[in-house]
Amino acid sequence: MTVWYWLTEQLPFSFLEMTFMKNALLAVIVMAPLFGILSTMIVTGKMSFFSDALGHSGFTGIAIGVLCGLAKPTYMAVALAVLFALLFSFVRARTNQAADTIIGVFSSTAVALGIFIATLGGGSFTKFNQFLIGDILSVTPGEIGLLAIVLGAVIALWVIASNRLVLTAIHPQLASSRGLKVQSWQTLFTACVAVVVTLAMSWVGLMVINSLLVLPAAASRNVAKNLRQYHLFSVLLALLGSIAGLVTAYYLGSSAGAAISLYLALFFAVTFLLRKRAE
Amino acid sequence: MVIHNHCRGGDCNHACCLKIEDLTVKFGSEIVLDHVGLHMHCGQIAALIGPNGAGKSTLIRAILGQQPYEGSIAFSADGKSQQLRIGYVPQSPTFDRGDPVSVLDLFRCCVSKKPAFLPAGKAMREKVLASLATVHGEGLIDKRIGALSGGELQRVLLALALEPMPHILILDEPLSGVDVEGMELLMEMLDEIRKKFDLSILMTTHDFSMLERYVDKVVLLQKKVLRTGTPLDVLSSQEFAQAFHMGGGAV
Repeated sequence: MTVWYWLTEQLPFSFLEMTFMKNALLAVIVMAPLFGILSTMIVTGKMSFFSDALGHSGFTGIAIGVLCGLAKPTYMAVALAVLFALLFSFVRARTNQAADTIIGVFSSTAVALGIFIATLGGGSFTKFNQFLIGDILSVTPGEIGLLAIVLGAVIALWVIASNRLVLTAIHPQLASSRGLKVQSWQTLFTACVAVVVTLAMSWVGLMVINSLLVLPAAASRNVAKNLRQYHLFSVLLALLGSIAGLVTAYYLGSSAGAAISLYLALFFAVTFLLRKRAE
Repeated sequence: MVIHNHCRGGDCNHACCLKIEDLTVKFGSEIVLDHVGLHMHCGQIAALIGPNGAGKSTLIRAILGQQPYEGSIAFSADGKSQQLRIGYVPQSPTFDRGDPVSVLDLFRCCVSKKPAFLPAGKAMREKVLASLATVHGEGLIDKRIGALSGGELQRVLLALALEPMPHILILDEPLSGVDVEGMELLMEMLDEIRKKFDLSILMTTHDFSMLERYVDKVVLLQKKVLRTGTPLDVLSSQEFAQAFHMGGGAV
């Protein structure tokens, strides 16, 4: 962190005077590639609704965590989201209902359970607002370290398994005819998404977190012609949107998560208009 | 690379050969395939025909190992039994038109351990180009798979099925949805591949117009193998007429 603080002090930006802004900037620089990478597979695998549902289950976890009097309810949320992801995979493999129906079942149950627990005994809901809106300025150096470890784990997963995951996502039949067994890698990927969504929730906000998991890749797809460009654009757009969103939020006093999402939506609009050239 | 040896006569002991014997598949109590037997030799193109629901797809899934069965599917080369390696071209494959996956990416995802989101090395690119050359598709390497036409995609998947070189190539309804010109092009290509690599090719089809010109052997399937033989023999048989004309006698 000392190096980072020294580095930011060399930059001529007034918004970097405060320590919490230095922390927040580093946090989004670590978080953005995470979302950029994961979003490529979420969009290719048609899982954007699923990642949204994961966020909802994270909320339930936080409500349970608060109920149990945990100082850091986020970790309860991470655990519950991972459990949710595993339970979803289990049910989905054993039913003939459409995936989006099952996601809907899980998602609405999670939200209902979360609100039920949060308001038990006439409890006030306001203490949960920080999770709905998120506050990136509250991030601590230790949490940034944790994010960096998760980023390392996701990159490792990508190097080992992304070829197989991509092939299974684009053509399951072809993948299975080539003897690919991806169930465990897919589960690991879903667990990663669960961890990232719930970890980042208290900084980015539950309401907008899914936009970070969908928009970078969605914008990238408008113009990318191959997997390399797809990943590159997705990560770059996530980085650019995150930094721009943080700075905008600082000067306008808005939620950083929302500002980041709006930048990403803007990138989607711009790449949408540019998409013809990529054909 | 598999070195295939020509079959001499009907002798399966000194050449590569796929032997399916007494293959039975049941869905619950319903028998879908009943003691099916099939022998295929290298360099042979065989067509699997039969009415809808005859069990063609089930037989292919069994060969691919995606369907539990009773009986045996064995492959031997030069008298020694070997692990069967299959190249499979799925039926009218559909890809999301928006997927940013190039033909090169698709190959890399299938045959390479190096992640496809990193730049491809020169050697990899050369390898894929060589592979695409077998189907006259070198120009497709940087195209997105969603932007390929049906025929182009089929050729790409054919090249992919030959990488690594399989013992047997299986195509599921390759002629459906293809115009006459496209059919001839594909059959010419299969003929070329079979001669070049001395490969055995098994395809399912509903189209009988190409059989006589390009196929060595036709297998008429309806739960059981009703008849096996040359295209002329099977197409003019009583069994063929019955299977395709609701038991209406000879053509």
